[in-house]
Amino acid sequence: MNLTAIHAIYRFEMARWWRTFWQSIVSPVLSTSLYFVVFGAAIGSRMEDIGGVSYGAFIVPGLIMMTMITQAIAVGSFGIYFPKFVGTIYELLSAPVSPMELVVGYVGAAATKAVALGLLILATAALFVPIQIAHPVFMLAFLALTAVTFSLFGFIIGIWADNFERLQLIPMLVVMPLVFLGGAFYSTDMLPPFWRAVSHFNPVLYLVSGFRWSFYEHADVAVGFSLAAIGAFLAACLVAIWVIFRTGWRIKK
Amino acid sequence: MQPIISVRNLTKTYRNGFDALKGVDLDIMEGEILALLGPNGAGKTTLISIVCGIVNASGGSVTVGGHDIARDWRAARSLIGLVPQEMHVDAFETVWASVSFSRGLFGKKRDDAKVEQVLSDLSLHDKRNEKIINLSGGMKRRVMIAKALVHEPRILFLDEPTAGVDVELRKSMWELIRRLNRSGVTIILTTHYIEEAEEIAERVGVINHGELVLVEAKEALMRKMGEKVLTVELREPLAAVPATLSRYKLSLGGDGTTLAYSYDVNAGRTGISALLSDLRSEGIAMRDISTRQNSLEQIFVNLVRRDAQKEAAQ
Repeated sequence: MNLTAIHAIYRFEMARWWRTFWQSIVSPVLSTSLYFVVFGAAIGSRMEDIGGVSYGAFIVPGLIMMTMITQAIAVGSFGIYFPKFVGTIYELLSAPVSPMELVVGYVGAAATKAVALGLLILATAALFVPIQIAHPVFMLAFLALTAVTFSLFGFIIGIWADNFERLQLIPMLVVMPLVFLGGAFYSTDMLPPFWRAVSHFNPVLYLVSGFRWSFYEHADVAVGFSLAAIGAFLAACLVAIWVIFRTGWRIKK
Repeated sequence: MQPIISVRNLTKTYRNGFDALKGVDLDIMEGEILALLGPNGAGKTTLISIVCGIVNASGGSVTVGGHDIARDWRAARSLIGLVPQEMHVDAFETVWASVSFSRGLFGKKRDDAKVEQVLSDLSLHDKRNEKIINLSGGMKRRVMIAKALVHEPRILFLDEPTAGVDVELRKSMWELIRRLNRSGVTIILTTHYIEEAEEIAERVGVINHGELVLVEAKEALMRKMGEKVLTVELREPLAAVPATLSRYKLSLGGDGTTLAYSYDVNAGRTGISALLSDLRSEGIAMRDISTRQNSLEQIFVNLVRRDAQKEAAQ
């Protein structure tokens, strides 16, 4: 096990994050905070409470999930796509580093960033709306699992993408709609029965629901389902990455 | 002496069906400078990329320091530093961050003194806090060399180290390569500049169409393939080569003031003394005599041409 290499990759990636402080830390926190201001403070006062929770507070867990998912994918995919794009991947491939060590380094850094962002947004939200966390341990577990899973998903996209358009394709056309329709802004109880049923095919719903439950004990689906869903997605990503490295797909000629 | 790198029957067929390597065998000795010479697309970079772990071989085997590159890849790769042909750098990182990252990646403990020393050796020390994007092309290449050397490899691969580099820089690159070699690093470089191989290599391998056409010590190669040309400068110009000298296949040049005679150094009789005495008996006065050995370039061109002829004959 080349722990030194994992550490080197992790540090290198974290340094990049700090160097782009405004773009990668301040900007996502600010844009998410705008939702709290607009939907929470301004519009939220005209909305009914959902399950006994004020609308402004209700949307916080979903918004955190939304930002974490998009950021984890963006950072996770860019981290490995960029060396491919500029050619410095030669060094990663010629180094005595196993594929799994690469994954731990890159995905670990991306997940760390996602969790840090999630907590930062949570702290910011607390300034605008009243927050309560019923199950802090579950809250952190959901946070960490989501960060790791989607960073890994991003990593896979980064390996798959062979140009910048493809790098954006899945995040913009698949993930973004799923996240928006994943119940971040509403409870599925508010939907007509047909669309409520359709919603249950959206994997993000399970994440948002479980995460929100850890705050307010209000869930659209049972918490067990939520944990199972994220566990299954994580397992799927792990299998995919294993296959990719076994075959050298899109990495080695 | 044990070879530090052993390549056996190495083949590579790319997905598009292109046979880049067709069964290459090669032993590289510890401490030598080996130049792999060949035209573009001959398979030089593929060979290097397989040894370094960037490209998977289709068949055959490679050992580095006795470690098989497939089974024992970690040990094998630790011994190697690679400087690729294209300029691949972390543009937005500082020289220091990029170079010390490479050390960590190869599993070596952080050692700032070592990084300092490598940067000084490559005259990059005063640029260490500079972002790589701000450096000149020559400096960027030196950063890539620093990254390859900072984990203290025993073998250094340089893929076309002086492609597109000006004369001054090329000379300093050669000096650097010699210096590294003196410190005990085995060096394998690819080039399509013959003069480069001639200048710094101890052995030369010629690759063409995915095959290693030959590997020889440079001197032996030049001697073996060595056609020499004797040029005689004449006192008075000649209108034509006298018929009595026709058996020497002389060519008249310089408006009739020089006679050139090609001969094989390895032949039992080179025919030089006979030619000179025949010239004298013809009453042709000589001003000066010089001989010139074939350059590697000519040898190389001959080899590649012979290869092409063989192919055409098949």
